[in-house]
Amino acid sequence: MKRLGYIIQKEFKQIFRNKSMLPIIFVMPLIQLLILANAATFDVKNIKFGYIDYDHSSTSRALIEKFHASTYFNVVANYPSQKLANESMQKGSVDVLLEIPSYFERNLQNEKFNNLGVTINAIDGAAAGVENVYVTQIIQSFNKKLMIDLLQVSDQSQVQPINITTIPSFWYNKTLNYKTFMVPGILVLLVTMITLFLSGMNIVREKEIGTLEQINVTPIKKSQFIIGKLFPFWIIGLALLTVGLIISKLVFNVPMVGSLVLMYFYTSIYILVVLGIGLFISNFTDTQQQAMFIAWFFMVIFILMSGLFTPIESMPKWAQYLTEFNPIKYFVEVMRMVMLKGSGFVDIIPQLSKTLLYAIVMNGLAVWSYKKTN
Amino acid sequence: MSINLEHISKSYGKIEALKDISFKVHPGELFGLIGPDGAGKTTLFRILTTLLIADEGKANVTGFDVVKDYKNIRKSVGYMPGKFSLYQDLTVEENLTFFATIFGTTIEENYELIKEIYVQIEPFKKRRAGKLSGGMKQKLALCCALIHKPKVLFLDEPTTGVDPVSRKEFWEMLKRLQQKGITILVSTPYMDEAALCDRIALIQGGEILEIDTPINIVKHYPKAIYNIGSKDMYELLQKLKGFENTYTMYPFGEFVHYTDKRDDFNPNELQQYLEENGLKEITIEKTKATIEDTFMELAK
Repeated sequence: MKRLGYIIQKEFKQIFRNKSMLPIIFVMPLIQLLILANAATFDVKNIKFGYIDYDHSSTSRALIEKFHASTYFNVVANYPSQKLANESMQKGSVDVLLEIPSYFERNLQNEKFNNLGVTINAIDGAAAGVENVYVTQIIQSFNKKLMIDLLQVSDQSQVQPINITTIPSFWYNKTLNYKTFMVPGILVLLVTMITLFLSGMNIVREKEIGTLEQINVTPIKKSQFIIGKLFPFWIIGLALLTVGLIISKLVFNVPMVGSLVLMYFYTSIYILVVLGIGLFISNFTDTQQQAMFIAWFFMVIFILMSGLFTPIESMPKWAQYLTEFNPIKYFVEVMRMVMLKGSGFVDIIPQLSKTLLYAIVMNGLAVWSYKKTN
Repeated sequence: MSINLEHISKSYGKIEALKDISFKVHPGELFGLIGPDGAGKTTLFRILTTLLIADEGKANVTGFDVVKDYKNIRKSVGYMPGKFSLYQDLTVEENLTFFATIFGTTIEENYELIKEIYVQIEPFKKRRAGKLSGGMKQKLALCCALIHKPKVLFLDEPTTGVDPVSRKEFWEMLKRLQQKGITILVSTPYMDEAALCDRIALIQGGEILEIDTPINIVKHYPKAIYNIGSKDMYELLQKLKGFENTYTMYPFGEFVHYTDKRDDFNPNELQQYLEENGLKEITIEKTKATIEDTFMELAK
């Protein structure tokens, strides 16, 4: 026990003496949280909008006016021809093109039917989809108004068309504030990243500077050494969570509906998984550089398949099965459930039990593969 | 027997680092492993300190088998690896306390053993190990290896990269530790240090060339050695290389150590040959073989 205590004490001393380490541990993640949470928005705004009006009628002008009025669109240009419009699309100075054909108004009145050409820059597929919805919404509302106008002109006695409107009520995030959704997720990433990198590189560092060799010729027990090495990072992980939560509350005003105790309880088990992975990595690498690259490899896959930026439900089936092995996925889920929904212990049992199993397996593997002799 | 090796072999892939090594080290002996870089010294140390498992053969240290009883060995030996391997970001005192704690002891308990060495670095005990000079680092590493009162001390090239004064001091310290009953196995590439050991093993290419006391090893040297000096060292080497009866010749300090193929060698003959070849201020005199000469001869 005395040995273990001294090893932990030594680790903390080394961490706090490393002048470049402290800012990396505490300042960098917080800056990332502040920047990412403000910048990683899924809202599509300031869409560069251009149009070609071959009709030049009052109806076509009224339609263009609708786009002017929209907060999502910036009307940047009016093109005299399709050719010029295509050129600016090519240059990237416009994202959405609306083409109003000639005799638009006349055909609309005579045939009660017409087509509009919409061209969208779809390099970013997700944004293009959103832009399409916006364009459709504007045209539909314009359409509705037009219908009423036309109906009034042609036949007053005809029955008004039935309209079904939906009034959604948004649960758990009433104002659809994306920060409420993103901040807990980003916090998860930061806790994971820092603890994984630190633990992964820590033992490798001892290998690199040769101290591990000296340690290995001592009667110190494997378990004592590993616990002594990893315990400080477990504490740092929880400290990071605390700082992150304070910032979420104070800066982003993210609601915390659920129990903090539950959140810490889950996190304390979760960090064990990450530390296990870190230790496992360090057992199979010889330099900090190798450890860093391998940690990055896993980190990138974990992040992109965590459901943080893209919903897991829309991934292909095989990828969905893969995400079962992603600890970040569970942490993101639990974090959002507890913070935003106020889920209790019973609700997170599936995630909790999987995380616990993961922790046992990972640490078991790590301890098994750690050898004092080679 | 303090250390006992029987037919130890170890290969890294296709490279044979150790080939059938056997020797014994008696309790309280200062035993030197002498050999150039890459001879297999470090591999041997790693096997004896239970960091590496040999492919073949048996070894035991203080009566414990290096494979089966590795736990007992780790409790009773001190190891100082060739590379400085203490925590550079911890202070002198913290490093020492750390190793004492790991071995379940305290600095006070075994202070007597390290006192002589520790007093020299004590004024700097609040300084970080990384900021110490080379000689002081060695002393600290030795203190750390001694803090648990080991029965056997393994020192892997302890004086490599250390200045001559510190080297001399270091060997004096080893002699004193030996008097306290500690068995010491030390490796070094410096032949002059070999003479300070009780017995030495000359090792090269993973094989032991010879084991004996330094005095006996030198006695085994078969030829008469001559110190040849001249004003122009380079020309001298070139001309000696061209001499038909040259058996060995290599620079040794300010002279060239020369041996002749024949047993009835007459120095005057060589003097004449060199003079004919335009060398000036030639001196030829008989000298005693050193361990280096013996090593060079055996390693041929």
